[in-house]
Amino acid sequence: MPRLTADARYRVHFELNGRGVEADAEPRMLLTDFLRHDLGMTGTHVGCEHGVCGACTVQIDGVPARACLTLAVQANGAKIRTVEGLAPAPGRLSVLQDAFRRHHALQCGFCTAGILMSLDYYLRHHPDPNEADLRKYLGGHLCRCTGYTPILAAALDAAEKLREAPTNA
Amino acid sequence: MTRVATRWCGQSIERVEDGALLTGRGRFIDDLGIRSGTLHAAILRSSHAHAKIRTIDAAAARKAQGVAAVITGADVRAVSASLVAGVRAPIECWPIAVDRVRYVGEPVAVVLAASRYLAEDALELVNVGYEPLPAIVDPLAALDSKHPALHEGLGSNIASERSFRYGDPEHAFARAAHRVSVTIRYPRNSCTPIETYGLVAEYDASEDTYDVLANFMGPFSLHAVMARALKVPGNRLRLRTPPDSGGSFGVKQGIFPYIVLMGVAARIAGRPVKWIEDRLEHLAASVSATNRCTTLEAAVDGDGRVRALAWDQLEDVGAHIRAPEPATLYRMHGNLTGAYDIRHVSVRNRVVLTNKTPTGLNRGFGGPQMYYALERLMQRVAVELKLDPIDVIRKNLVPSNAFPYRTATGATLDSGDYAKALETALSQGGFAELRERQQSARAQGRIYGIGLTAAVEPSVSNMGYITTVLTPEERRKTGPKNGAQATATVSLDPLGGVSVHAASVPQGQGHRTVLAQIVADALGLKPSDIRVVADFDTAKDAWSIASGNYSSRFAAAVGGAAHLAAEKMKAKLARTAASQLNVAAQDIEFTGGRARARGNPDNAIPFSRLAAASHWSPGLVAEENQALRETVFWSPPELTPPTEKDEINSSLCHGFIFDFCGVEIDRVTGAVRIDKYVTMHDCGRVLHPGMVAGQITGGFAQALGAALYEEYAYSPDGAFLSGTFADYLLPTTTEVPTPLILHIETPSPYTPLGAKGVGEGNCMSTPVCLANAVADALGLASVDLPMTPAKLAAHIHGAEKSARRPV
Amino acid sequence: MKPVRFDYIRAGTLAEAHAGLTSGGDDARIIAGGQSLVPMLSMRMARPTLLIDIMHLPELTKIEIEDDAIRVGAGVRQAVLLAWPELAERQPLLAAALPWVGHAQTRSRGTVCGSVAHADPSAEIPLTLLALKGTVELSSQGTRRRVAAEEFFTGLMSTARQDDEMIEAAEFPCRVAGHGYAFHEFARRHGDFAIVACAAIARHDGVRLAIGGVSDYPVARDFPDIDGDALDDALDRLACDLDARDDLHATADYRRALVRRLGRATITEARRCRA
Repeated sequence: MPRLTADARYRVHFELNGRGVEADAEPRMLLTDFLRHDLGMTGTHVGCEHGVCGACTVQIDGVPARACLTLAVQANGAKIRTVEGLAPAPGRLSVLQDAFRRHHALQCGFCTAGILMSLDYYLRHHPDPNEADLRKYLGGHLCRCTGYTPILAAALDAAEKLREAPTNA
Repeated sequence: MTRVATRWCGQSIERVEDGALLTGRGRFIDDLGIRSGTLHAAILRSSHAHAKIRTIDAAAARKAQGVAAVITGADVRAVSASLVAGVRAPIECWPIAVDRVRYVGEPVAVVLAASRYLAEDALELVNVGYEPLPAIVDPLAALDSKHPALHEGLGSNIASERSFRYGDPEHAFARAAHRVSVTIRYPRNSCTPIETYGLVAEYDASEDTYDVLANFMGPFSLHAVMARALKVPGNRLRLRTPPDSGGSFGVKQGIFPYIVLMGVAARIAGRPVKWIEDRLEHLAASVSATNRCTTLEAAVDGDGRVRALAWDQLEDVGAHIRAPEPATLYRMHGNLTGAYDIRHVSVRNRVVLTNKTPTGLNRGFGGPQMYYALERLMQRVAVELKLDPIDVIRKNLVPSNAFPYRTATGATLDSGDYAKALETALSQGGFAELRERQQSARAQGRIYGIGLTAAVEPSVSNMGYITTVLTPEERRKTGPKNGAQATATVSLDPLGGVSVHAASVPQGQGHRTVLAQIVADALGLKPSDIRVVADFDTAKDAWSIASGNYSSRFAAAVGGAAHLAAEKMKAKLARTAASQLNVAAQDIEFTGGRARARGNPDNAIPFSRLAAASHWSPGLVAEENQALRETVFWSPPELTPPTEKDEINSSLCHGFIFDFCGVEIDRVTGAVRIDKYVTMHDCGRVLHPGMVAGQITGGFAQALGAALYEEYAYSPDGAFLSGTFADYLLPTTTEVPTPLILHIETPSPYTPLGAKGVGEGNCMSTPVCLANAVADALGLASVDLPMTPAKLAAHIHGAEKSARRPV
Repeated sequence: MKPVRFDYIRAGTLAEAHAGLTSGGDDARIIAGGQSLVPMLSMRMARPTLLIDIMHLPELTKIEIEDDAIRVGAGVRQAVLLAWPELAERQPLLAAALPWVGHAQTRSRGTVCGSVAHADPSAEIPLTLLALKGTVELSSQGTRRRVAAEEFFTGLMSTARQDDEMIEAAEFPCRVAGHGYAFHEFARRHGDFAIVACAAIARHDGVRLAIGGVSDYPVARDFPDIDGDALDDALDRLACDLDARDDLHATADYRRALVRRLGRATITEARRCRA
């Protein structure tokens, strides 16, 4: 692959929520900025830009990852999923999103996208999670509003609903 | 209080906010589009705690790619005025350093460029010549007159000093059987919302008008401060807020100097300017809660009855005394006796300046600092007099039959039954079992302690409390300040739809949902029939200085104002309906989307038709019944100015909290494990139980952080040590247990819905409750926050026992 | 918090990566998972002129058993190694330590060798590599060498890697039958870098203890099969030899106390596992 030079912009393609997208980026462009400001997908939020808070968590090639710790050019050719891709249809919520709403598992909603992207992955791979494991797993996210209690309740509730009717994810 | 028939209020309905937020369609400041040509700002910040600025060379930065302008203190000074300081003194307070830097992180230059990346590139090309000066970090050192004044106009680093006396404290102390005291150093911390500050500022030279969209949270008294700094009348600073804001907890009050700074920058550049604060900027330089040194002494009878308190508070507001400081110190002034019936109080309040980030609003606002001293003291009374700490609290609580109760320092505790709340918490929370748990843990050699806290949680601040910092003579000169105007607007559209606007500036508290519940109840509609808009515009919406989202004022004040506006609208509609249905107006009831005759439900008119009438057929509606838009301003009469004796009803409502907890401390690591936490709240009438629970669990987690993890730490030379989220540690799911939440309800007689605030209480009660438990576990007379494992392990391990001297 | 400008190569072959390193000198950096490097880029503490992305080289994504060691290629993400079905059987110490590395959301991208290259004094993977007497495989244009972990970590976030070299793999020796392994860590919060981390390997004739979080780089020491006061004394000597310092999170005193106490607990557990 040719060397991309620092002050030029290069076309970056990837699959975003099931659709091919492309835009130009300098090599140093962070994936967060690229998603938000070049592709207009502002649901992924930026809370710390050093990989601690988890607000920017998206799924890259099927696994949760910090978008702020990823360069846009690194994502070239990848499959990316963001919070905008979670709901089954406009005006409808996924089982997990709906559990968040019912349990008041969000207040300001700023950190929520990242937590949803993490949990969406986790519940697929751990359909019967226990609270202790969920706590460890969600330790990679900071929320300042909820005190986490309703988030855990929503996650456990969503897991149960998904076990009953897994196709409704 | 009028008894309010409720259907929707009191239910945990799903929030109208959540659909957008859960699908990534929120509209936070950085999610919104900007005008083409908008410049992006980056701020060069001081690396020195204290230094003179000798030179700023920005020539290379100005020539850098994409750069439109580089702005320094001199440029800002040329077109604006100093921010009004929080005390009356000839000192200046600029939003960017002018000639001198006074804290690490203070803005020194602003680069405006085509992108944030380019702006940060150019920042590196700005050369600043500093002449370092000695830094003052410790507030006690700031008292020493040998240190040079940070602001020469003050003559020293003491910005304010006042003493107060209520009752006869000297006599009470003279005859006291015991004197018990505590000395506290409360650290700096912050509630650090996950969304940082952000704004877009524009200046229109043809009309000399600033238009700023910012995730500011109020209080809008600061609008006056900003307009004066920008040297425009209030109507030429249009301040708007985005529909969503990613948490604030008081902190987003502190964006206001940046609104001025970037307004000026937009003016100089002649183009709109966007600035999104990054996390490093936020931690170092946004705003912090005050750190405080307190000595508190009690005069105590032999049975544990506290007769008098003597407060000596030394407040550290950092490098500038920015409005509304020293409000953190005075917010609790009416509540210095907490939940207790103590009639004699003396107070010495001093405010000092140090080379640290200026302070401002932070959840709990003065409560954490104050209750840390008071409730540590109550535990010490029990320990020193060998009494049960529960009995010491019981003996001193304001009696149940004493409400409304006027405290010695002037607050009116509106309602409550503190004894009932306490006893209910003990029984429902399993206090007896907790004591057994402690006994068995101790029998096994484990380190286990129990902590207690009783606290009064004030809400709806009196805008006049801050004038208690002035002497009565000074207040006479400036004129009385008081009240807290809350406002809400209910309007009807031509299809009969109901809209609500409120200047409540939510940052996640679900205001739109609760306002829909309140108005739906008043008008006999469903919440889904009501459309609430919470983004706010000073040029179009009703507002006053108290507008905004702070001092837990929403449910009590704004919710109340919305109720009153809806009732006003309803009264007009009822009269129109009465004439159409041929019954008396008082016999009209609104229910199920209709107005109908009481007792004859078939004699009815659809609400939407009635509501549309004033649009389509004003001729058929009597002039006094025209129902289009009702705005209510409501300021409770109880919020009076400070008296000649400095008594101040600093807040309208007073909830009650009683917390207890059990903690275990690891013998090897010194880590604290919260075994059980019970928090009892009386916040008056609960409008939305789910949201109240969320306020409690959220406040609890932040308080736990303050107790165990978080500190804005400085080195002795003023370097900032907590600059990343790997240094400033927020608790996560693995650290925060689920507390047991209990309630009793004694509605406030002073608010339209009987509601009181609830959002700040655990930030006041929880840090000291955990500290009391740790002190109990380790037998400590004194413990300061944050209670880090290293700090506690030193008590467990004792002095280092080593055969060797460490290298 | 935006990085400085740099060129970027997505290496398609190892030779391309080597050529990039040779041309870039110390201004070139390898980027793998980016979990340590990108924060430093965004804070402008790392200011490379060239980043070489090695995550698209299939030869680096292997986990293999070679000469009784687990050879982990430079493209292997921490989560992938953690999920490797043979891990606990092949090397229980690595299986015990990996869950302590960051959070699931960073292990998903972060690589094992990236952590070795970053050489944070509190990081679990360098500690484990040292405890196990593992090896780092380095390569550059035309050269290839293997460096013992004991020689590799040379200072605070500095290693024996030359500017033109990249880590191609890290080799963690497999478990030895009859040896016991244990890992203990104390951090302020779960997922944080360790204040003190201890890895112990108990043999029939002695014990090896490695300590992270205290000195500028992980330190290991071998003890004979001692116990009681003799072990206390040896742990005290180790604690005092380490260059413990005060920082925001803990005092030097406290770190030494944890070395003594947590170190002992780790050794005790390793011995129990040996049995």
